[in-house]
Amino acid sequence: MNNAKIRVATASLAGCFGCHMSFLDIDERLVGLLEHVEFGRSPLTDIKHCGPCDIALIEGGLCNAENVHVLSELRANSKILIAVGACAINGGIPAMRNHYSLRECLEETYLNGVGVENPQIPNDVELPLLLSKVHPLHEVVHVDYYLPGCPPSADAFLKILGDLLAGDEPSLPKNLLHYD
Amino acid sequence: MRAEPKRDTAIPNTITIDGQEIPFSIGQTIMDAALAAGVYIPHLCHRPGLTPHGSCKLCTVSIEGRNVASHTADRRIQASSSVEIDSRSVSACTMPAMAGQQIRNNTPALNEVRKTITQMLFIEGNHLCPSCEKTGDCTLQAVAYHLGMLDGHFPQLSPRREVDASHGSVVLDRDRCILCELCVRASREVDGKNVFAISGRGIDAHLIVNSASGKLADSDLETGDMAAHICPVGAILIKEHGYEVPIGRRTFDLHRVSEIGLEPVILAKVRHTDE
Repeated sequence: MNNAKIRVATASLAGCFGCHMSFLDIDERLVGLLEHVEFGRSPLTDIKHCGPCDIALIEGGLCNAENVHVLSELRANSKILIAVGACAINGGIPAMRNHYSLRECLEETYLNGVGVENPQIPNDVELPLLLSKVHPLHEVVHVDYYLPGCPPSADAFLKILGDLLAGDEPSLPKNLLHYD
Repeated sequence: MRAEPKRDTAIPNTITIDGQEIPFSIGQTIMDAALAAGVYIPHLCHRPGLTPHGSCKLCTVSIEGRNVASHTADRRIQASSSVEIDSRSVSACTMPAMAGQQIRNNTPALNEVRKTITQMLFIEGNHLCPSCEKTGDCTLQAVAYHLGMLDGHFPQLSPRREVDASHGSVVLDRDRCILCELCVRASREVDGKNVFAISGRGIDAHLIVNSASGKLADSDLETGDMAAHICPVGAILIKEHGYEVPIGRRTFDLHRVSEIGLEPVILAKVRHTDE
């Protein structure tokens, strides 16, 4: 392996950060991994925008316009894009709102919900516009690999990164494949 | 099944699945013979003891060199041709086993088609495993694991389907229904009732309940019924028992769907001592 480190970017879109937490569960193995990779745009580094990178790990689906912009930027800048976790793959828990109209969701949350004070639907211009439905990543950009799980285990993260670093086609043993 | 032609009586009653010779008795389907021999053919809508339905098509197998004229009951085909065709796809759960059948089952091509069918089942409903009580015990999920399914491939249809929580101890969540009709058949054939049916066509097909209100609460369904327990997915669930076995210790967390003999364990949920 040459000395240039592999650049990895990560993002959490419409997710819960659980996949990032699970990734950090690789614990001390992170030290070994950092000999081969460096992190670019990521909540872990707090770098907000994406430069060219080798691998993008994306958690969460698409629930608003900002999610789509972040995803497009990562896709344009990454050689390999990996959809990480149930939400990125099929919308996951946030996609449960697809059963209702956006108006119904907003009214239930901000007007009619239990314990709501000063009921009003937020409409600040700073807020990203919500999409009418939550979508998985592959409906908007090309996805190179999928890492299922809610969340994928730390071992699954290490396996897919290890395979890519070794130049192998990433694969997951059946015992690491789960959707929950 | 109709009696075998006389000339076949000398041939032993065996079929060959992926090179393995498997005995069968007259009247058995390919699926019956395979299950008895411990050979796994993926399936969702089949359950031994219930009339085969042949709807999920996951058990599609190829019969090689199938002589059309001598085996088919379809007179149009008989009349037009008696030549051998290379192979023909059939549903193993409905196709009678016949002596000498050369069957391909566990091939990359068939498993790829089965995976596509499974992906279509996933995107057609709302199958969000992390939010489902049945996760880990779900046969749809287990078949998807078996086939190495990673994503839904197709755009999610996100249909809006009705939940029926009217019954005191059973909930019907149509989001997860795959229209396998196991509950329909169990209710009719085993429970001696007629609680469920499928109504509508194509994408509008949905499970209906036989009661004046259309609600489960007004139907004859009881928790002891096979129809209340047979659902291979999380569409029909017994209330208040969803998390007795923790996620990670459930049937398909510990076993593979391809382990023959697993089926009775999956479907007949044992009554808890505190019930």
